[in-house]
Amino acid sequence: MLVKQISVFLENNPGRLAEVTKILGENGIDIRALSIADTTDFGILRIIVNNPDKALEKLKAEGFTVNSTNIITIAIDDTPGGLSLCLRILMDANIGIEYMYAFTGKIIDKALVVIRASNNEEAIKVFEKNNIRVLTENEVYNMI
Amino acid sequence: MGVLITGNKYWNPAMECMDRADMKKLQSERLVALVKRVYDNVPFYRKKMDDINVKPSDIKSIDDLYKLPFTTKQDLRDTYPFGLFAVPMDEIVRIHASSGTTGKQTVVGYTKNDIDTWSEVMARCLVGAGVDKKSFMQVAYGYGLFTGGLGVHYGSEKVGASVIPISGGNTKRQIQMMYDFGSTHLACTPSYALYLAEEMDEAGCDKSFLKLKVGIFGAEPWSENMRREIEERLGVVALDIYGLSEVMGPGVSCECMYKDGLHISEDHFIAEIIDTDTDEVLPDGAPGEIIFTTLTKEGLPLIRYRTHDISSLNYNKCACGRTSVRMSKITGRSDDMLIIRGVNVFPSQIETVLLEIAGTSPHYQLIVDRVDNLDTLEVQVELTPEFFSDEVRFIENFEKKIKKEIEATLGISAKVKLVEPKTIARSEGKAKRIIDNRVL
Repeated sequence: MLVKQISVFLENNPGRLAEVTKILGENGIDIRALSIADTTDFGILRIIVNNPDKALEKLKAEGFTVNSTNIITIAIDDTPGGLSLCLRILMDANIGIEYMYAFTGKIIDKALVVIRASNNEEAIKVFEKNNIRVLTENEVYNMI
Repeated sequence: MGVLITGNKYWNPAMECMDRADMKKLQSERLVALVKRVYDNVPFYRKKMDDINVKPSDIKSIDDLYKLPFTTKQDLRDTYPFGLFAVPMDEIVRIHASSGTTGKQTVVGYTKNDIDTWSEVMARCLVGAGVDKKSFMQVAYGYGLFTGGLGVHYGSEKVGASVIPISGGNTKRQIQMMYDFGSTHLACTPSYALYLAEEMDEAGCDKSFLKLKVGIFGAEPWSENMRREIEERLGVVALDIYGLSEVMGPGVSCECMYKDGLHISEDHFIAEIIDTDTDEVLPDGAPGEIIFTTLTKEGLPLIRYRTHDISSLNYNKCACGRTSVRMSKITGRSDDMLIIRGVNVFPSQIETVLLEIAGTSPHYQLIVDRVDNLDTLEVQVELTPEFFSDEVRFIENFEKKIKKEIEATLGISAKVKLVEPKTIARSEGKAKRIIDNRVL
């Protein structure tokens, strides 16, 4: 249940972000979740879309530097302590977190968290062992 | 305001004011001896001459100069490090180096006589700038492999001035010494001179207490506008000095107080102007690439060395009384070499660095600017998918690595910016690698 996330390299110039979203919109690509990592000189836009292959193709065609990265998406209880529990699970298994971000979807009472772990496959195993729901590709892209 | 010092003084009037017919005779004698010397002692030149069927006996005077082959920086690179030296290494007492077009440096060597010659021609320049035994010469050119510092140093000592070998940098101390020691002459790059003036203004220094009279500036091109600015802000007469390590170092030529062209020590260096593309020798007054033949150098004699500097020649007698040919202030380059903070930078050097780090040569662009009178260099490198890691730290490390390697290779620090493919414009022909925003 590795899910494809699209990463886009952006210079810190006005309009770059708008340009990306314009291209996605024009091609009927729907953004599920989004996060931006920024530094002084550049930013990395990370997006979960409903059609990652198409997004990759279209953005590349427009001259963007893009990549596809594997991440995991988990659905956790939307209650205080929900996230803390998950992070505890990873810590106990000695798995590091490269980055993460959260969003809400159409699953009732669940918060959705995108995680890139130092070892994604291990993380999936450890989550499932602890009854944390790991979403499939289809579930994430189509937000079922 | 610059003060014109009256009363022309020469270090070597016999040479500097020689009758032109006598000079031609002297040069011809020396050229004949030079050609024989390199033919016999430098395999590279023997082969070059054999290849075009020219024998030493074909060269009878400077009128035959055009028959001889050119020498380029590439030739020095191909024979790195000492392949073009004409004497055994025992006789080489000094080695200097400057930037090569890619990884390797351009290496030059001097015998004891060469060092004396260098000091001699340098002394001529300095005396023309009013230096004498009473002078205090602040040498703010870098000392080391670069020929600037030691070149001016030895010439100044020969004249008998009190030399302050302060080298480059440490601006606060430079200013301090100028006041405390009473420097009368300053040798550095013109942009550093302006930078000093700026720092003095900011610190509120009273320039009326300065004993500075004349500045001898070179190692980079500079305009008349810049000269005016330096003269106003530093209160000195600003003179242009020229040279390159391959030909000797600083002191190949220098302006006198009349600032009407740089006098070339042509008993030691014959200058010609050629058309860079056709190799044709151009008439007096026409601008083109200036090339030099070193008549008296023993260690690394060079024939018709291509400098890629654009200039023109003037054989009329100067108002100062010197008869030596004058070259115009350098107006540009015929190649893509840049001079940044006095250091030669070839864009291809960047390419080599990127190739070594990345395994490929991504598109790059050099942005050169001048901020607060100091040259800045920004290297923009296109971040292509192969190097695009999803994590910030990998990109930052990549950036840092490039920066470190560029600094190690070029010898100057540069800002490295990773950019999107769209930023660096593509062109139909040769890629526009350099954007020089400086107004010189």
